[in-house]
Amino acid sequence: MNKKLLTTIGLTSLLSVSTLHADDYLIDTKGSHASINFRISHLGTSWLTGRFNQFSGQFSYDPAKPEASSVKVDIDVTSIDSNHAERDKHLRGEKYLDVKDAPSASFTSTSYTPNEQGGGIMQGTLELNGVSKVIDIQVTKVGEGPDPWGGYRAGFAGTTELKLKDFDLNFKLGKASETVYLDLNIEGIKQ
Amino acid sequence: MVFNHKIINDKDAYGWGPVLLHWLVALAIFGLYALGLYMEDLDYYDDGYHTLPEWHKAVGILVALLLALRLVWRILNPPPELLSQPPWQAFIAKWAHRTLYLLLGLTLLSGYLMSTADGHPIAPFNWFSIPALPISIDKQEDIAGELHELFADLMIILSMIHALAAFKHHFFNKDATLKRIFALREKHNE
Repeated sequence: MNKKLLTTIGLTSLLSVSTLHADDYLIDTKGSHASINFRISHLGTSWLTGRFNQFSGQFSYDPAKPEASSVKVDIDVTSIDSNHAERDKHLRGEKYLDVKDAPSASFTSTSYTPNEQGGGIMQGTLELNGVSKVIDIQVTKVGEGPDPWGGYRAGFAGTTELKLKDFDLNFKLGKASETVYLDLNIEGIKQ
Repeated sequence: MVFNHKIINDKDAYGWGPVLLHWLVALAIFGLYALGLYMEDLDYYDDGYHTLPEWHKAVGILVALLLALRLVWRILNPPPELLSQPPWQAFIAKWAHRTLYLLLGLTLLSGYLMSTADGHPIAPFNWFSIPALPISIDKQEDIAGELHELFADLMIILSMIHALAAFKHHFFNKDATLKRIFALREKHNE
């Protein structure tokens, strides 16, 4: 082996180390390939669904080192949409989410525990209604790969459930409606 | 004093038609205002949670129809001549009346825009259906809701000043202002 070849190998391995570094993804809210959906029981007879239309965030992900993944999402609580104007007005009002007092919510991950199937548990702090609490989100990986327009995307789905009381949300909706379930769809574009 | 047996206004007196419309609207406005304040505080499991807002909307639509009828009536059959009073008082009275009509119209309009913000029609007592406008703005229900409350508050305040002014005419000026809106007149001309 000559010196030149050794140098080349050295540089190449350096480069490959740098590509092992987790990639940053911007959540594709602009193209609406991400959604924050909720459902809550209505009187114990059916599911009422809705979503938060405005949010933004990014995540960091490396398939070779999934435990280093992280995510941060900021949610505009005023953008709640349950497909019923008067209900949305109530939900934004003082008796419910009181968005004048707490217009935004955020999720900041603290650790990620991957499983064998490419998913895992994303633990982090959810700040909602001015209350910060650690929650677990069950994550499944949906897929990743190049998109048809020269970009590269990765996407995940997540579910979690929140006890409304834990966030000082004391809605008088009845026994059946004390837990809200979140269904999250996150697609990111590699930066 | 006799009760006016004519339905329409003449130059001396209000006919009982406009008088009836005036008091129907007055009753409805105060009723709707009280109902509005009450139902705002209802919780999800209260009995009236669904029915009271429906009634509020339905009566509101009827008031809008009465308002339209009153305005058309005013144009076709103007109110009696003003009683003698200083010009500045006549001026204030004229503009107070116009402002009351305007505030009522704006209260009704903002209520309609709040209820129809997501394109759902209003169906008063399921008799007929008032469709939503084909366009809406972001958070229309919130903006219209704030305005509905503001216009209603201003309308109630002004209508109470309106009533106090009528009492002032009755007790201090001792003129026929208050009597005329009860369709009372000195005598029939014919």
